[in-house]
Amino acid sequence: MAAPDGTGRPLEAVAEELLELGTADPGLLVVEGNPARPNPTRLFQRRYPERAFDLGAMEPAMVTLAAGLALEGRAVVASSLAVALAGRSYAELRQSVCYNRANVKLLATRAGLQAGGDGGTVQIVEDVGLMRGLPGMTVVAPADAPSSRAALRAIAALDGPAYLRLPGELAPTIGGAPFRLGEARELRPGADLTLVAFGAMLPRALAVAEELHHVGVEARVLDFASIKPFDEKALVKAARETGAILTLEEHTVLTGLGGLVAATTSENYPVPVRRLGVPDLFGESGEPSELLDRYGLSVERGLEEAWELLKARGKVP
Amino acid sequence: MATPPTEAEYAHLAAVARELRKEVVRMVHAAGGGDLGDSLSAVEILTALIFRELRLDPSNPAAPERDRLLLSKGHAAAALYAALAHRGYFPTEELLTFRRAGGRLQGRADRLKLPGIEASTGSLGQGVGMAVGLALDQRLRGRSNRVVVVLGDAEGRAGLAYEALLAGAQLELDHLTVVVDRSETLKGEPGRADPLEARLRGFGYATQLVDGHDLPALCRAFDAAKQTTGRPSAIVARTVLGKGVSFLEREAERGGRAPDREETERALHELGGAA
Repeated sequence: MAAPDGTGRPLEAVAEELLELGTADPGLLVVEGNPARPNPTRLFQRRYPERAFDLGAMEPAMVTLAAGLALEGRAVVASSLAVALAGRSYAELRQSVCYNRANVKLLATRAGLQAGGDGGTVQIVEDVGLMRGLPGMTVVAPADAPSSRAALRAIAALDGPAYLRLPGELAPTIGGAPFRLGEARELRPGADLTLVAFGAMLPRALAVAEELHHVGVEARVLDFASIKPFDEKALVKAARETGAILTLEEHTVLTGLGGLVAATTSENYPVPVRRLGVPDLFGESGEPSELLDRYGLSVERGLEEAWELLKARGKVP
Repeated sequence: MATPPTEAEYAHLAAVARELRKEVVRMVHAAGGGDLGDSLSAVEILTALIFRELRLDPSNPAAPERDRLLLSKGHAAAALYAALAHRGYFPTEELLTFRRAGGRLQGRADRLKLPGIEASTGSLGQGVGMAVGLALDQRLRGRSNRVVVVLGDAEGRAGLAYEALLAGAQLELDHLTVVVDRSETLKGEPGRADPLEARLRGFGYATQLVDGHDLPALCRAFDAAKQTTGRPSAIVARTVLGKGVSFLEREAERGGRAPDREETERALHELGGAA
Protein backbone atom coordinates (compact mmCIF):
# COMPACT_ATOMS: atom_id res chain seq x y z
CA MET A 1 0.00 0.00 0.00
CA ALA A 2 1.37 3.38 -0.95
CA ALA A 3 2.19 5.58 2.00
CA PRO A 4 3.43 8.78 0.40
CA ASP A 5 4.66 10.38 3.59
CA GLY A 6 5.67 7.18 5.33
CA THR A 7 4.17 5.67 8.41
CA GLY A 8 3.03 7.48 11.53
CA ARG A 9 2.14 6.57 15.08
CA PRO A 10 -1.40 7.82 15.76
CA LEU A 11 -1.51 6.86 19.45
CA GLU A 12 1.69 8.79 20.11
CA ALA A 13 0.43 11.79 18.15
CA VAL A 14 -2.78 11.77 20.17
CA ALA A 15 -0.82 11.34 23.40
CA GLU A 16 1.21 14.46 22.57
CA GLU A 17 -1.90 16.43 21.75
CA LEU A 18 -3.57 15.31 24.97
CA LEU A 19 -0.55 16.45 26.94
CA GLU A 20 -0.80 19.87 25.29
CA LEU A 21 -4.52 20.08 25.97
CA GLY A 22 -3.93 19.10 29.59
CA THR A 23 -1.27 21.76 29.97
CA ALA A 24 -3.53 24.42 28.48
CA ASP A 25 -6.51 23.35 30.63
CA PRO A 26 -5.48 22.58 34.21
CA GLY A 27 -9.00 21.32 34.92
CA LEU A 28 -8.83 18.54 32.35
CA LEU A 29 -8.90 15.03 33.82
CA VAL A 30 -8.12 11.66 32.30
CA VAL A 31 -9.55 8.26 33.16
CA GLU A 32 -7.91 5.21 31.61
CA GLY A 33 -9.52 1.79 31.38
CA ASN A 34 -6.69 0.03 29.63
CA PRO A 35 -3.50 1.00 31.45
CA ALA A 36 -1.53 -2.09 30.52
CA ARG A 37 -1.45 -1.78 26.73
CA PRO A 38 -0.22 1.02 24.51
CA ASN A 39 -2.68 3.81 25.11
CA PRO A 40 -3.00 7.47 24.20
CA THR A 41 -3.03 8.76 27.80
CA ARG A 42 0.36 7.59 29.03
CA LEU A 43 2.20 10.89 28.46
CA PHE A 44 -0.52 12.79 30.29
CA GLN A 45 -0.49 10.29 33.16
CA ARG A 46 3.25 10.64 33.53
CA ARG A 47 3.18 14.44 33.53
CA TYR A 48 -0.01 14.95 35.55
CA PRO A 49 -0.46 11.87 37.74
CA GLU A 50 -2.75 13.76 40.12
CA ARG A 51 -5.18 14.36 37.25
CA ALA A 52 -5.13 10.84 35.80
CA PHE A 53 -7.08 7.91 37.22
CA ASP A 54 -6.52 4.27 36.45
CA LEU A 55 -9.91 2.54 36.37
CA GLY A 56 -8.84 -0.53 34.47
CA ALA A 57 -11.30 -3.24 33.48
CA MET A 58 -14.34 -1.40 34.86
CA GLU A 59 -15.25 0.70 31.87
CA PRO A 60 -19.01 1.00 32.53
CA ALA A 61 -18.35 2.42 36.00
CA MET A 62 -15.46 4.44 34.59
CA VAL A 63 -17.84 6.04 32.12
CA THR A 64 -20.40 6.93 34.82
CA LEU A 65 -17.58 8.32 36.94
CA ALA A 66 -16.29 10.37 34.00
CA ALA A 67 -19.79 11.78 33.56
CA GLY A 68 -19.91 12.70 37.26
CA LEU A 69 -16.56 14.44 36.97
CA ALA A 70 -17.82 16.40 33.98
CA LEU A 71 -21.29 17.35 35.35
CA GLU A 72 -20.14 20.76 36.49
CA GLY A 73 -18.23 21.80 33.43
CA ARG A 74 -14.93 19.99 33.58
CA ALA A 75 -13.46 18.37 30.44
CA VAL A 76 -12.81 14.66 30.94
CA VAL A 77 -11.01 12.29 28.60
CA ALA A 78 -11.89 8.60 28.96
CA SER A 79 -9.73 6.09 27.15
CA SER A 80 -9.99 2.36 26.61
CA LEU A 81 -10.62 -0.35 24.06
CA ALA A 82 -13.40 0.45 21.61
CA VAL A 83 -15.14 -2.80 22.49
CA ALA A 84 -15.17 -1.83 26.18
CA LEU A 85 -16.38 1.72 25.54
CA ALA A 86 -18.85 1.59 22.66
CA GLY A 87 -19.80 -2.00 23.36
CA ARG A 88 -19.62 -2.79 27.03
CA SER A 89 -20.44 0.73 28.23
CA TYR A 90 -23.14 1.65 25.74
CA ALA A 91 -25.88 2.07 28.35
CA GLU A 92 -23.62 4.22 30.52
CA LEU A 93 -22.54 6.37 27.57
CA ARG A 94 -26.17 6.76 26.70
CA GLN A 95 -27.52 7.89 30.04
CA SER A 96 -24.67 9.14 32.21
CA VAL A 97 -22.76 10.87 29.42
CA CYS A 98 -25.07 11.77 26.53
CA TYR A 99 -28.37 12.25 28.38
CA ASN A 100 -26.55 14.41 30.92
CA ARG A 101 -24.72 16.19 28.11
CA ALA A 102 -21.49 15.60 30.00
CA ASN A 103 -18.29 16.87 28.40
CA VAL A 104 -16.58 13.50 28.08
CA LYS A 105 -14.23 12.71 25.19
CA LEU A 106 -13.79 9.03 24.45
CA LEU A 107 -10.53 7.76 23.01
CA ALA A 108 -11.27 4.33 21.57
CA THR A 109 -8.34 2.09 20.74
CA ARG A 110 -8.22 -1.20 18.82
CA ALA A 111 -11.48 -0.44 17.02
CA GLY A 112 -12.68 -2.32 13.98
CA LEU A 113 -10.50 -5.34 13.26
CA GLN A 114 -7.37 -3.89 14.89
CA ALA A 115 -7.43 -6.39 17.73
CA GLY A 116 -6.45 -8.88 15.03
CA GLY A 117 -5.23 -12.10 16.60
CA ASP A 118 -7.29 -11.54 19.75
CA GLY A 119 -10.31 -12.37 17.64
CA GLY A 120 -13.97 -11.50 17.37
CA THR A 121 -14.79 -10.87 21.01
CA VAL A 122 -12.15 -8.13 21.28
CA GLN A 123 -12.72 -6.62 17.84
CA ILE A 124 -15.73 -4.38 17.31
CA VAL A 125 -17.12 -3.42 13.94
CA GLU A 126 -20.38 -1.92 15.24
CA ASP A 127 -18.99 0.98 17.24
CA VAL A 128 -19.53 3.81 14.76
CA GLY A 129 -23.17 2.85 14.24
CA LEU A 130 -23.78 2.62 17.98
CA MET A 131 -22.11 5.92 18.77
CA ARG A 132 -23.60 7.80 15.83
CA GLY A 133 -27.10 6.94 17.00
CA LEU A 134 -26.61 8.55 20.39
CA PRO A 135 -28.21 12.01 20.57
CA GLY A 136 -25.56 14.70 20.92
CA MET A 137 -22.57 12.41 20.36
CA THR A 138 -19.89 13.61 17.93
CA VAL A 139 -18.14 10.76 16.09
CA VAL A 140 -14.78 10.98 14.33
CA ALA A 141 -12.68 8.20 12.82
CA PRO A 142 -9.41 9.52 11.39
CA ALA A 143 -7.05 7.37 9.36
CA ASP A 144 -3.57 8.54 10.31
CA ALA A 145 -1.44 10.26 12.93
CA PRO A 146 -1.86 13.90 11.83
CA SER A 147 -5.61 13.54 11.39
CA SER A 148 -5.94 11.81 14.75
CA ARG A 149 -4.12 14.61 16.47
CA ALA A 150 -6.19 17.24 14.69
CA ALA A 151 -9.37 15.31 15.45
CA LEU A 152 -8.62 15.28 19.17
CA ARG A 153 -7.92 19.00 19.08
CA ALA A 154 -11.22 19.58 17.25
CA ILE A 155 -13.40 17.54 19.59
CA ALA A 156 -11.67 18.98 22.65
CA ALA A 157 -12.89 22.39 21.54
CA LEU A 158 -16.51 21.19 21.74
CA ASP A 159 -18.55 21.25 24.92
CA GLY A 160 -20.18 17.83 24.83
CA PRO A 161 -19.53 14.14 24.32
CA ALA A 162 -17.43 12.83 21.45
CA TYR A 163 -16.13 9.46 20.32
CA LEU A 164 -12.71 9.31 18.68
CA ARG A 165 -12.13 6.00 16.91
CA LEU A 166 -8.36 5.78 16.76
CA PRO A 167 -6.33 4.06 14.08
CA GLY A 168 -3.81 1.37 15.01
CA GLU A 169 -0.39 1.95 16.52
CA LEU A 170 1.08 2.29 13.04
CA ALA A 171 -0.76 3.86 10.16
CA PRO A 172 0.38 5.18 6.79
CA THR A 173 0.33 8.95 6.75
CA ILE A 174 -1.99 10.03 4.00
CA GLY A 175 -1.36 13.74 3.55
CA GLY A 176 -3.81 16.23 2.12
CA ALA A 177 -5.62 19.07 3.83
CA PRO A 178 -5.81 18.96 7.61
CA PHE A 179 -8.74 17.24 9.33
CA ARG A 180 -11.66 19.54 10.05
CA LEU A 181 -14.75 18.62 11.99
CA GLY A 182 -17.83 18.46 9.78
CA GLU A 183 -15.84 18.53 6.55
CA ALA A 184 -14.98 15.71 4.18
CA ARG A 185 -11.41 15.94 2.89
CA GLU A 186 -10.93 15.54 -0.83
CA LEU A 187 -7.74 13.52 -1.13
CA ARG A 188 -7.91 13.03 -4.86
CA PRO A 189 -9.91 14.90 -7.50
CA GLY A 190 -11.98 13.05 -10.03
CA ALA A 191 -15.25 13.23 -11.94
CA ASP A 192 -15.92 9.63 -13.02
CA LEU A 193 -16.76 8.12 -9.65
CA THR A 194 -16.41 8.89 -5.94
CA LEU A 195 -14.80 6.66 -3.35
CA VAL A 196 -15.93 7.44 0.18
CA ALA A 197 -13.97 5.95 3.08
CA PHE A 198 -12.60 6.47 6.57
CA GLY A 199 -9.98 4.91 8.80
CA ALA A 200 -8.10 1.84 7.66
CA MET A 201 -9.96 1.70 4.35
CA LEU A 202 -8.77 5.11 3.26
CA PRO A 203 -5.35 3.89 2.03
CA ARG A 204 -7.12 1.11 0.17
CA ALA A 205 -9.55 3.56 -1.40
CA LEU A 206 -6.56 5.59 -2.60
CA ALA A 207 -5.00 2.42 -4.03
CA VAL A 208 -8.22 1.67 -5.91
CA ALA A 209 -8.21 5.22 -7.29
CA GLU A 210 -4.60 4.82 -8.39
CA GLU A 211 -5.39 1.60 -10.24
CA LEU A 212 -8.37 3.22 -11.93
CA HIS A 213 -6.18 6.13 -12.96
CA HIS A 214 -3.96 3.71 -14.88
CA VAL A 215 -6.93 2.76 -17.05
CA GLY A 216 -8.06 6.32 -17.57
CA VAL A 217 -10.72 6.56 -14.86
CA GLU A 218 -10.46 9.44 -12.40
CA ALA A 219 -12.03 8.61 -9.06
CA ARG A 220 -12.57 11.29 -6.45
CA VAL A 221 -11.54 10.13 -2.98
CA LEU A 222 -13.24 11.62 0.07
CA ASP A 223 -12.15 11.06 3.66
CA PHE A 224 -15.22 11.06 5.89
CA ALA A 225 -13.27 10.94 9.14
CA SER A 226 -15.87 13.37 10.47
CA ILE A 227 -18.82 11.00 10.57
CA LYS A 228 -21.00 13.11 12.84
CA PRO A 229 -21.27 15.94 12.01
CA PHE A 230 -21.48 14.65 8.47
CA ASP A 231 -20.53 16.72 5.43
CA GLU A 232 -23.73 16.32 3.47
CA LYS A 233 -22.74 19.10 1.11
CA ALA A 234 -19.52 17.43 -0.06
CA LEU A 235 -21.34 14.16 -0.55
CA VAL A 236 -24.19 15.62 -2.58
CA LYS A 237 -21.69 17.59 -4.64
CA ALA A 238 -19.80 14.36 -5.33
CA ALA A 239 -23.04 12.61 -6.31
CA ARG A 240 -23.90 15.41 -8.71
CA GLU A 241 -20.43 15.73 -10.21
CA THR A 242 -19.40 12.06 -10.43
CA GLY A 243 -22.72 10.21 -10.65
CA ALA A 244 -21.72 7.11 -8.66
CA ILE A 245 -20.37 6.37 -5.20
CA LEU A 246 -18.51 3.46 -3.67
CA THR A 247 -18.16 3.36 0.11
CA LEU A 248 -15.37 1.44 1.85
CA GLU A 249 -15.21 0.98 5.62
CA GLU A 250 -13.65 -1.19 8.28
CA HIS A 251 -17.04 -1.39 9.99
CA THR A 252 -20.15 -3.49 9.67
CA VAL A 253 -22.01 -2.64 6.52
CA LEU A 254 -25.23 -2.95 8.55
CA THR A 255 -24.91 0.35 10.41
CA GLY A 256 -21.93 2.10 8.91
CA LEU A 257 -21.01 4.95 6.63
CA GLY A 258 -22.35 3.16 3.55
CA GLY A 259 -25.95 3.31 4.70
CA LEU A 260 -25.55 6.92 5.67
CA VAL A 261 -24.17 7.75 2.22
CA ALA A 262 -26.97 5.84 0.50
CA ALA A 263 -29.65 7.53 2.58
CA THR A 264 -28.18 10.98 2.09
CA THR A 265 -27.84 10.65 -1.65
CA SER A 266 -31.31 9.10 -1.98
CA GLU A 267 -32.83 12.10 -0.29
CA ASN A 268 -30.81 14.73 -2.08
CA TYR A 269 -29.43 13.50 -5.37
CA PRO A 270 -30.01 9.80 -6.06
CA VAL A 271 -27.10 8.07 -7.79
CA PRO A 272 -25.97 4.43 -7.78
CA VAL A 273 -24.22 3.60 -4.49
CA ARG A 274 -22.34 0.41 -3.67
CA ARG A 275 -21.19 -0.38 -0.15
CA LEU A 276 -18.15 -2.33 0.94
CA GLY A 277 -17.97 -3.11 4.63
CA VAL A 278 -17.68 -6.00 7.01
CA PRO A 279 -20.66 -8.27 6.30
CA ASP A 280 -23.15 -9.48 8.91
CA LEU A 281 -20.66 -11.42 11.01
CA PHE A 282 -18.31 -11.19 13.98
CA GLY A 283 -14.59 -10.91 13.34
CA GLU A 284 -12.08 -13.68 13.96
CA SER A 285 -8.37 -14.09 14.58
CA GLY A 286 -5.96 -12.90 11.91
CA GLU A 287 -3.83 -9.96 10.88
CA PRO A 288 -6.12 -6.94 10.41
CA SER A 289 -5.08 -6.51 6.77
CA GLU A 290 -5.64 -10.20 6.14
CA LEU A 291 -9.10 -9.96 7.73
CA LEU A 292 -9.98 -6.96 5.56
CA ASP A 293 -9.17 -9.05 2.49
CA ARG A 294 -11.16 -11.95 3.87
CA TYR A 295 -14.25 -9.80 4.36
CA GLY A 296 -14.16 -8.47 0.82
CA LEU A 297 -12.43 -5.21 1.67
CA SER A 298 -9.48 -5.75 -0.68
CA VAL A 299 -8.27 -3.37 -3.37
CA GLU A 300 -9.25 -5.99 -5.98
CA ARG A 301 -12.79 -6.16 -4.69
CA GLY A 302 -12.93 -2.37 -4.60
CA LEU A 303 -11.92 -2.30 -8.24
CA GLU A 304 -14.63 -4.81 -9.16
CA GLU A 305 -17.27 -2.77 -7.40
CA ALA A 306 -16.02 0.43 -9.00
CA TRP A 307 -16.16 -1.26 -12.36
CA GLU A 308 -19.78 -2.31 -11.82
CA LEU A 309 -20.68 1.26 -10.99
CA LEU A 310 -18.87 2.59 -14.04
CA LYS A 311 -20.60 0.05 -16.26
CA ALA A 312 -23.98 1.08 -14.89
CA ARG A 313 -23.11 4.67 -15.70
CA GLY A 314 -21.89 3.75 -19.19
CA LYS A 315 -18.47 5.12 -18.28
CA VAL A 316 -16.33 2.04 -18.87
CA PRO A 317 -13.64 3.02 -21.34
CA MET B 1 -25.03 19.53 62.46
CA ALA B 2 -23.75 21.11 65.60
CA THR B 3 -27.00 20.92 67.52
CA PRO B 4 -29.32 17.92 67.52
CA PRO B 5 -32.80 18.75 66.31
CA THR B 6 -35.42 19.67 68.82
CA GLU B 7 -38.70 17.85 69.32
CA ALA B 8 -40.41 20.70 67.53
CA GLU B 9 -38.09 20.31 64.59
CA TYR B 10 -38.82 16.60 64.33
CA ALA B 11 -42.53 17.32 64.51
CA HIS B 12 -42.07 19.75 61.64
CA LEU B 13 -40.12 17.20 59.57
CA ALA B 14 -42.80 14.58 60.24
CA ALA B 15 -45.45 17.01 59.05
CA VAL B 16 -43.41 17.69 55.91
CA ALA B 17 -43.07 13.96 55.24
CA ARG B 18 -46.81 13.51 55.61
CA GLU B 19 -47.46 16.34 53.18
CA LEU B 20 -44.97 14.94 50.66
CA ARG B 21 -46.68 11.53 50.81
CA LYS B 22 -50.02 13.08 49.95
CA GLU B 23 -48.40 15.07 47.18
CA VAL B 24 -46.83 11.92 45.73
CA VAL B 25 -50.16 10.06 45.77
CA ARG B 26 -51.85 12.96 43.97
CA MET B 27 -49.03 13.22 41.42
CA VAL B 28 -48.96 9.54 40.55
CA HIS B 29 -52.74 9.43 40.33
CA ALA B 30 -52.82 12.46 38.04
CA ALA B 31 -50.00 11.13 35.89
CA GLY B 32 -51.48 7.66 35.66
CA GLY B 33 -48.12 6.15 36.54
CA GLY B 34 -44.92 6.72 38.41
CA ASP B 35 -43.77 4.04 40.85
CA LEU B 36 -45.82 5.01 43.87
CA GLY B 37 -44.50 2.37 46.26
CA ASP B 38 -40.85 3.14 45.54
CA SER B 39 -41.50 6.86 45.93
CA LEU B 40 -43.29 6.51 49.26
CA SER B 41 -40.52 4.35 50.73
CA ALA B 42 -38.00 7.15 50.20
CA VAL B 43 -40.02 10.00 51.68
CA GLU B 44 -38.33 10.21 55.11
CA ILE B 45 -34.86 9.80 53.58
CA LEU B 46 -35.49 12.69 51.20
CA THR B 47 -37.23 14.77 53.87
CA ALA B 48 -34.29 14.42 56.26
CA LEU B 49 -31.81 15.29 53.52
CA ILE B 50 -33.61 18.10 51.75
CA PHE B 51 -35.26 19.75 54.76
CA ARG B 52 -32.48 19.41 57.29
CA GLU B 53 -29.19 17.68 56.52
CA LEU B 54 -28.05 19.14 53.23
CA ARG B 55 -26.79 22.66 52.73
CA LEU B 56 -29.12 23.84 49.98
CA ASP B 57 -30.31 27.19 48.72
CA PRO B 58 -33.41 26.98 46.53
CA SER B 59 -32.99 30.65 45.57
CA ASN B 60 -29.56 29.80 44.16
CA PRO B 61 -29.68 26.17 43.03
CA ALA B 62 -26.24 26.41 41.41
CA ALA B 63 -24.41 27.82 44.44
CA PRO B 64 -20.93 26.25 44.29
CA GLU B 65 -20.82 25.35 47.99
CA ARG B 66 -24.16 23.55 48.04
CA ASP B 67 -24.35 19.90 48.96
CA ARG B 68 -25.18 17.59 46.06
CA LEU B 69 -27.99 15.05 46.11
CA LEU B 70 -28.33 12.41 43.41
CA LEU B 71 -31.30 10.07 43.14
CA SER B 72 -29.86 6.93 41.62
CA LYS B 73 -33.23 5.19 42.04
CA GLY B 74 -34.56 7.53 39.40
CA HIS B 75 -37.99 5.93 39.34
CA ALA B 76 -38.73 7.57 42.72
CA ALA B 77 -38.67 10.96 40.99
CA ALA B 78 -42.15 11.84 42.28
CA ALA B 79 -40.87 11.95 45.87
CA LEU B 80 -37.86 14.04 44.88
CA TYR B 81 -40.03 16.50 42.94
CA ALA B 82 -42.47 16.84 45.81
CA ALA B 83 -39.64 17.52 48.24
CA LEU B 84 -37.89 20.04 45.96
CA ALA B 85 -41.11 21.90 45.23
CA HIS B 86 -42.02 22.13 48.92
CA ARG B 87 -38.48 23.27 49.67
CA GLY B 88 -39.02 26.13 47.24
CA TYR B 89 -37.18 25.07 44.08
CA PHE B 90 -40.23 25.45 41.88
CA PRO B 91 -43.98 26.04 42.36
CA THR B 92 -45.89 23.18 43.97
CA GLU B 93 -48.62 23.67 41.32
CA GLU B 94 -46.16 22.30 38.79
CA LEU B 95 -46.15 18.93 40.54
CA LEU B 96 -49.30 17.91 38.71
CA THR B 97 -47.44 18.18 35.40
CA PHE B 98 -45.45 15.09 36.41
CA ARG B 99 -44.78 12.87 33.36
CA ARG B 100 -46.58 15.24 30.98
CA ALA B 101 -45.23 15.92 27.49
CA GLY B 102 -43.37 19.20 27.28
CA GLY B 103 -43.06 19.45 31.06
CA ARG B 104 -40.00 19.73 33.27
CA LEU B 105 -41.01 16.89 35.57
CA GLN B 106 -39.88 13.94 33.50
CA GLY B 107 -40.60 10.38 34.63
CA ARG B 108 -36.95 10.27 35.70
CA ALA B 109 -35.43 13.53 36.93
CA ASP B 110 -33.59 15.54 34.26
CA ARG B 111 -30.85 17.94 35.33
CA LEU B 112 -31.09 19.94 32.12
CA LYS B 113 -34.79 20.65 32.69
CA LEU B 114 -35.28 21.32 36.37
CA PRO B 115 -33.34 23.26 39.02
CA GLY B 116 -32.18 21.21 41.98
CA ILE B 117 -31.50 18.08 39.95
CA GLU B 118 -27.77 17.32 40.04
CA ALA B 119 -27.74 14.39 37.63
CA SER B 120 -30.19 12.79 35.24
CA THR B 121 -30.73 9.21 36.30
CA GLY B 122 -33.03 6.32 35.52
CA SER B 123 -30.84 3.44 34.45
CA LEU B 124 -30.29 1.61 37.73
CA GLY B 125 -26.78 1.51 39.11
CA GLN B 126 -25.45 4.46 37.13
CA GLY B 127 -26.08 7.09 39.80
CA VAL B 128 -23.41 5.68 42.07
CA GLY B 129 -20.63 6.20 39.55
CA MET B 130 -21.84 9.70 38.77
CA ALA B 131 -21.86 10.48 42.49
CA VAL B 132 -18.32 9.13 42.87
CA GLY B 133 -17.18 11.22 39.89
CA LEU B 134 -18.95 14.31 41.19
CA ALA B 135 -17.47 13.81 44.68
CA LEU B 136 -14.00 13.52 43.17
CA ASP B 137 -14.64 16.63 41.09
CA GLN B 138 -15.65 18.58 44.19
CA ARG B 139 -12.58 17.43 46.12
CA LEU B 140 -10.28 18.41 43.26
CA ARG B 141 -11.91 21.84 43.32
CA GLY B 142 -11.06 22.10 46.99
CA ARG B 143 -14.65 22.20 48.13
CA SER B 144 -15.92 20.75 51.38
CA ASN B 145 -19.51 20.06 50.42
CA ARG B 146 -21.17 16.67 50.73
CA VAL B 147 -22.33 14.40 47.93
CA VAL B 148 -25.18 12.07 48.82
CA VAL B 149 -26.58 9.43 46.49
CA VAL B 150 -29.77 7.51 47.16
CA LEU B 151 -30.00 3.98 45.77
CA GLY B 152 -32.89 1.59 45.64
CA ASP B 153 -32.58 -1.91 46.98
CA ALA B 154 -32.65 -3.36 43.48
CA GLU B 155 -29.41 -1.49 42.84
CA GLY B 156 -27.84 -3.62 45.53
CA ARG B 157 -27.91 -6.29 42.84
CA ALA B 158 -26.27 -4.21 40.13
CA GLY B 159 -22.63 -5.06 39.44
CA LEU B 160 -22.13 -1.62 38.00
CA ALA B 161 -22.94 -0.07 41.38
CA TYR B 162 -20.30 -2.24 43.02
CA GLU B 163 -17.62 -1.21 40.54
CA ALA B 164 -18.36 2.40 41.37
CA LEU B 165 -18.56 1.77 45.13
CA LEU B 166 -15.12 0.20 44.95
CA ALA B 167 -13.74 3.26 43.15
CA GLY B 168 -15.32 5.55 45.75
CA ALA B 169 -13.62 3.65 48.57
CA GLN B 170 -10.26 3.54 46.80
CA LEU B 171 -10.43 7.29 46.25
CA GLU B 172 -11.20 7.74 49.99
CA LEU B 173 -14.09 10.10 49.28
CA ASP B 174 -15.15 10.81 52.85
CA HIS B 175 -17.59 13.52 51.79
CA LEU B 176 -19.58 10.89 49.89
CA THR B 177 -22.54 9.17 51.51
CA VAL B 178 -24.36 6.29 49.86
CA VAL B 179 -27.90 5.74 51.10
CA VAL B 180 -29.68 2.53 50.23
CA ASP B 181 -33.47 2.73 50.42
CA ARG B 182 -33.89 -0.90 51.30
CA SER B 183 -37.49 -1.95 51.16
CA GLU B 184 -38.24 -5.12 53.03
CA THR B 185 -39.25 -6.73 49.79
CA LEU B 186 -38.35 -6.37 46.19
CA LYS B 187 -41.63 -5.94 44.39
CA GLY B 188 -43.34 -8.20 46.88
CA GLU B 189 -40.99 -11.14 46.65
CA PRO B 190 -39.38 -12.00 49.94
CA GLY B 191 -35.72 -11.87 49.07
CA ARG B 192 -33.08 -14.25 50.35
CA ALA B 193 -31.01 -12.71 53.07
CA ASP B 194 -28.69 -10.32 51.29
CA PRO B 195 -25.68 -9.24 53.36
CA LEU B 196 -25.76 -5.71 51.94
CA GLU B 197 -24.35 -4.03 55.06
CA ALA B 198 -21.52 -6.58 55.24
CA ARG B 199 -20.71 -5.95 51.60
CA LEU B 200 -20.65 -2.18 52.04
CA ARG B 201 -18.36 -2.60 55.07
CA GLY B 202 -16.24 -4.95 53.01
CA PHE B 203 -15.79 -2.23 50.42
CA GLY B 204 -14.56 0.02 53.22
CA TYR B 205 -17.62 2.18 53.82
CA ALA B 206 -18.45 3.39 57.31
CA THR B 207 -21.81 1.68 57.30
CA GLN B 208 -24.86 2.24 59.47
CA LEU B 209 -28.16 0.42 59.51
CA VAL B 210 -31.22 2.52 60.35
CA ASP B 211 -34.99 2.49 60.20
CA GLY B 212 -35.60 4.47 57.03
CA HIS B 213 -38.87 5.90 58.30
CA ASP B 214 -37.49 7.09 61.64
CA LEU B 215 -36.58 10.73 61.09
CA PRO B 216 -34.51 11.19 64.29
CA ALA B 217 -32.57 8.00 63.50
CA LEU B 218 -31.99 9.12 59.91
CA CYS B 219 -30.78 12.54 61.03
CA ARG B 220 -28.40 10.98 63.54
CA ALA B 221 -27.08 8.65 60.86
CA PHE B 222 -26.52 11.51 58.40
CA ASP B 223 -24.77 13.54 61.12
CA ALA B 224 -22.51 10.58 61.91
CA ALA B 225 -21.80 10.06 58.21
CA LYS B 226 -20.75 13.68 57.97
CA GLN B 227 -18.14 13.16 60.68
CA THR B 228 -16.57 10.19 58.90
CA THR B 229 -13.02 10.81 57.70
CA GLY B 230 -10.73 8.88 55.40
CA ARG B 231 -13.45 6.78 53.82
CA PRO B 232 -16.93 7.16 52.40
CA SER B 233 -20.00 6.32 54.42
CA ALA B 234 -23.06 4.23 53.74
CA ILE B 235 -26.49 4.18 55.33
CA VAL B 236 -28.70 1.19 54.81
CA ALA B 237 -32.18 2.50 55.50
CA ARG B 238 -34.71 -0.25 56.01
CA THR B 239 -37.97 0.89 54.50
CA VAL B 240 -41.38 -0.37 53.50
CA LEU B 241 -42.53 -0.17 49.91
CA GLY B 242 -45.63 2.00 49.76
CA LYS B 243 -45.07 3.22 53.31
CA GLY B 244 -47.97 5.10 54.85
CA VAL B 245 -50.76 3.68 52.70
CA SER B 246 -52.02 0.39 54.11
CA PHE B 247 -53.18 -1.24 50.90
CA LEU B 248 -49.96 -0.25 49.12
CA GLU B 249 -47.85 -1.74 51.90
CA ARG B 250 -49.81 -4.95 51.64
CA GLU B 251 -49.90 -5.07 47.87
CA ALA B 252 -46.33 -4.35 47.07
CA GLU B 253 -46.64 -6.19 43.77
CA ARG B 254 -48.81 -3.37 42.43
CA GLY B 255 -45.49 -1.92 41.40
CA GLY B 256 -45.86 1.00 39.04
CA ARG B 257 -49.63 0.85 38.67
CA ALA B 258 -51.10 4.20 39.53
CA PRO B 259 -53.92 4.37 42.08
CA ASP B 260 -57.38 4.95 40.66
CA ARG B 261 -59.66 7.65 42.02
CA GLU B 262 -61.08 5.55 44.81
CA GLU B 263 -57.67 4.30 45.89
CA THR B 264 -56.32 7.84 45.79
CA GLU B 265 -59.08 9.06 48.08
CA ARG B 266 -58.51 6.16 50.47
CA ALA B 267 -54.77 6.83 50.47
CA LEU B 268 -55.18 10.54 51.11
CA HIS B 269 -57.65 9.78 53.88
CA GLU B 270 -55.16 7.45 55.55
CA LEU B 271 -52.48 10.09 55.22
CA GLY B 272 -54.59 12.61 57.06
CA GLY B 273 -57.05 14.09 54.65
CA ALA B 274 -56.96 15.63 51.22
CA ALA B 275 -55.85 19.04 52.43
